[in-house]
Amino acid sequence: MTAVLEVNGVPEKPDHVRQIRRGSLSNFWRALRSSKKAIVGSGILVVFTFLSLFPGLIAHDNPSAETYLPSLGTSSAHLLGTTSYGQDIYAQVIYGTRVSLIIAIVAGLLTTALSVIIGVSAAYLGGFADGVLSTITDIFLVLPAFPLMIVIAAYSKNGGFTIIIAVLVVTGWSYGARQLRSQALSLRNRDFLLAAQLRGERKWRIIVTEILPNMTSLIVASFLGAAVYAVLAAAGLQFIGLGSVNTDSWGTMLYWAQNNDALLTGSPLWAIVPGLGIGLMGGAFALLNYAFDEVNNPALRPVRRKAVSS
Amino acid sequence: MRHFIRRTGFFLVTLWAALTINFLLPRLMPGNPAVAMMARFHGHLNGGAIRAMEIAFGVNTKASLLSQYFTYLGNCFTGHWGISLTFFPSSVSSVVLAALPWTIALVGVTTVLAFVLGTLIGIIGAWNRGKLFDSVLPPIFIVLSAFPYFFLGLMAILLFSVKLGWFPTSGAYTNGVTPAFNWSYISDVLQHAVLPGLTILVTSIGGWILTMRNNMIGTLSEDYIRMARAKGLSSRLVMFNYAARNAILPNLTGFGMSLGFVVSGAILVEYVFAYPGVGYMLLQAVVNEDYPLMQTLFLFVTVAVLLAVLIADGVVSLLDPRARSTK
Repeated sequence: MTAVLEVNGVPEKPDHVRQIRRGSLSNFWRALRSSKKAIVGSGILVVFTFLSLFPGLIAHDNPSAETYLPSLGTSSAHLLGTTSYGQDIYAQVIYGTRVSLIIAIVAGLLTTALSVIIGVSAAYLGGFADGVLSTITDIFLVLPAFPLMIVIAAYSKNGGFTIIIAVLVVTGWSYGARQLRSQALSLRNRDFLLAAQLRGERKWRIIVTEILPNMTSLIVASFLGAAVYAVLAAAGLQFIGLGSVNTDSWGTMLYWAQNNDALLTGSPLWAIVPGLGIGLMGGAFALLNYAFDEVNNPALRPVRRKAVSS
Repeated sequence: MRHFIRRTGFFLVTLWAALTINFLLPRLMPGNPAVAMMARFHGHLNGGAIRAMEIAFGVNTKASLLSQYFTYLGNCFTGHWGISLTFFPSSVSSVVLAALPWTIALVGVTTVLAFVLGTLIGIIGAWNRGKLFDSVLPPIFIVLSAFPYFFLGLMAILLFSVKLGWFPTSGAYTNGVTPAFNWSYISDVLQHAVLPGLTILVTSIGGWILTMRNNMIGTLSEDYIRMARAKGLSSRLVMFNYAARNAILPNLTGFGMSLGFVVSGAILVEYVFAYPGVGYMLLQAVVNEDYPLMQTLFLFVTVAVLLAVLIADGVVSLLDPRARSTK
């Protein structure tokens, strides 16, 4: 059973408990900070965040204004040239950061929230409710997500931003929900939950204050995974012209570039740069995710010492 | 046997779910989007075909929702999928059947190749952990898999078709070449398939490498590996017959799920290369608001993925007794 702490007279927990607590948390941060993957990943994201907050500081042109000669090459006035419509590609790339980043974060958060709600309640409720929720999760897990996305987006006809987010959440929650469910299941029979039940805590309170804090790392990991998924899937949808084709985003740039045969007509940068942006942003979230994985699962950490045998 | 029955049951439930989603989606959307499409059909079709489509999409029909639903299910199973608007007056089934072989060949071959190669690289990487091989190949492919499939497809076109001129930019065969079973046709088809195939391969391989490598690392610390080494077995024997054999099981289980991703990516690759498979047709149907074709292709993709999951499940339960006994 859990150790009974002396409450009267001693306002805080015993020293050794605090030390262990602080120790494990600082271990965690040290592991994350000493990981090259985590540093590179968060560095890229910091840059993108800056770009999406203050695009005007870096690019001086209006991204959608068709004011220049079409299909110019690179020059000091147009670092990446212009589109077939006479827009500045550099400005489009910088301004496009915002939409991609917002979609990644918003869709990632909502997807994770849905995963947590379904996964944890399935594990905690158990029995029939678990059966139903798990079956639904498994169904969404095997239904091919992108075709489903295309079908929903096609019926909803250019609903724009909201539809894209909704579609990403609906098709993306199942993987996280399944992982969270199995971790919550493994927590369910622990002593501290029994203690909370015996204290007479309400169910939702137990879930929020006892179970969820113990799942933080998996929740963060599933947010990162959902963000990668959102970046790539949103880009795919925008590329084929679903969602709104008039937003300033990387996927939309690729859509127009493809429709104007940018690769064949000598303005390949129109397609290359936004694509690199998507890859970098997806890659940044993915790197953070791998770094996180290594912190949570020490077996995967790179070996530092020399191997003894063979 | 019980395991098999349960998996088949799940297959049927999921299939039913996909059919129902297909049925409900146009009805759930504000202002049934099929109404506009039906208006374009009028005057082209005779009464019976129009009636069948009205039931499929719930447009000006007096039948109850439930009876529409059962008629729709019946039509799905008997192959009455309607007429394609894009390829009027072809029936949906003829369009689908023409597209299917291209996709099965392209995606099927590349998926199996990616699985085999990825698993192998994962095995060798984990075995030589931290050495040159492990610090070069896996990271490269993992970074590549962060890029969207269609973007790598575009880059492949730019590099190998536009700049170098090695491969054609689009299509599955040169226009005007008559399909025949001779070398000139086959080599033409292969040439067209190289770039889309490579794109899918390069982007999907990273996932296999990562999971296999991680499983392998876990397995390598097991006691039976130490035991096998202590017995003086050769490295290759320990690597493949002891470690990889046990590490591959979760990878096989993941096969079904990952296939969904591969198929999704393949849709965009087909679009980029204008490769006349299921994915390309699906997007054509979307652009032309050809809902009968779109619905049917969505069902085909779903059924294909479900079948692959079922097969992967069967293989796993054959290979791993634990999968049979536990739930």
